[in-house]
Amino acid sequence: MARIVLYLNQFFGQIGGEDMAGVGPRFTTEVVGPGRALIGLLEPGEGLAATVICGDNYFAEQPEKAAAECLGHIRLAQPDIFLAGPAFNAGRYGVACAALCKAVQSQLGIPAVTAMYDENPGVDVYHREVIILRTGQSAAAMRDVLDRMLRLGRKLRAGEPLGKPQMEGYFPQGRLEAELADKPAASRALDMLLAKLAGQPFQTELALPAFNPPPPPPAVRDLAHAKVALVTDGGLVPTGNPDGIEVSAASKFAAYRIEDRLEPADYDVSHGGYDNRYVKQDPHRLVPLDVARELEREGRIGQLHDEFVTTTGLANPVNNSRRLGRGIADHLKEAGVDAVILTST
Amino acid sequence: MTSVAEMVGSHRIVQGNGIVHPLGSAESSPEEEHRLRRKIMERALDALTTEVDQPTVFK
Repeated sequence: MARIVLYLNQFFGQIGGEDMAGVGPRFTTEVVGPGRALIGLLEPGEGLAATVICGDNYFAEQPEKAAAECLGHIRLAQPDIFLAGPAFNAGRYGVACAALCKAVQSQLGIPAVTAMYDENPGVDVYHREVIILRTGQSAAAMRDVLDRMLRLGRKLRAGEPLGKPQMEGYFPQGRLEAELADKPAASRALDMLLAKLAGQPFQTELALPAFNPPPPPPAVRDLAHAKVALVTDGGLVPTGNPDGIEVSAASKFAAYRIEDRLEPADYDVSHGGYDNRYVKQDPHRLVPLDVARELEREGRIGQLHDEFVTTTGLANPVNNSRRLGRGIADHLKEAGVDAVILTST
Repeated sequence: MTSVAEMVGSHRIVQGNGIVHPLGSAESSPEEEHRLRRKIMERALDALTTEVDQPTVFK
């Protein structure tokens, strides 16, 4: 008997909508929501042992506590396979599903699979550690997605090696595996080039990251009444680097108060990708506070935000940069900032 | 490096004065350097107040 445990949020678990998003974890042996489709897909000898349900906000606001509580329920159900979601494009739900999969596989040693849409933040955060199947945005594909999750779950449980991400439909985990090719690299490259010239399909062996930039924000209408902030990815930090911003691929950003000038003795550079001595001699060469204050005094800009935001862009993966960018944008929006000048080395 | 900014889809781009000091110039006198910084910042303000529909380098 293979026992399957399913995780759902309050919506799919049929407790309620956003008004019920604060409910804590609960456990049911009744078949609810997507569980109905799931039991139709089970093979003889498989059973849906339990469904664990938790509100999206409850999980998002205290992820560690929520995960521990859910894990308690999951452990009691003694699963052989754990499935979470699918979450499609629901952000809080996706993060919760992936976090639980990580906890279940690492703490209980049980195979875990979730599924969600490309842009779900759960993918960004957990794709390296968790098997996350790629879905569309629409929950109409529920049955098909559950079937794919189940198939992968069975494979993991049986200890069968998974195929490549594009074959199995999960997000690449950044693993490198050696394999023998039937032709040397030069021949493969030439084949690709010929296919490209002939307008035929070909499969690159080194996919470049997709940037998918957001649409351009509208122009600032009235700069004389706008609040402007200075941001840099050049790694300017107060002497001693109090927040420990890494010299490469920074995992965080920080905001520091500014007055009228940046004195060289007060600042250092935490960035291993350019010759820092010129910026250390005069930090305004990276963060133009002196001129920004002039423009503020002259009324060209309404107000300069009273802190600058800094991180280190060097060798930073796209996903991490995107996460930092979102964090910086949220921070500045909360401070009522209308426009940003971001200086980059 | 403005070509990288264009490639990744930054919307409003102003060229700085070199990787080691985008808003400075180690070779210039302090007055000239300040003028240069001011010029780049004014260009950035122009960029902020201009509508764009694709990555645009302001010159």
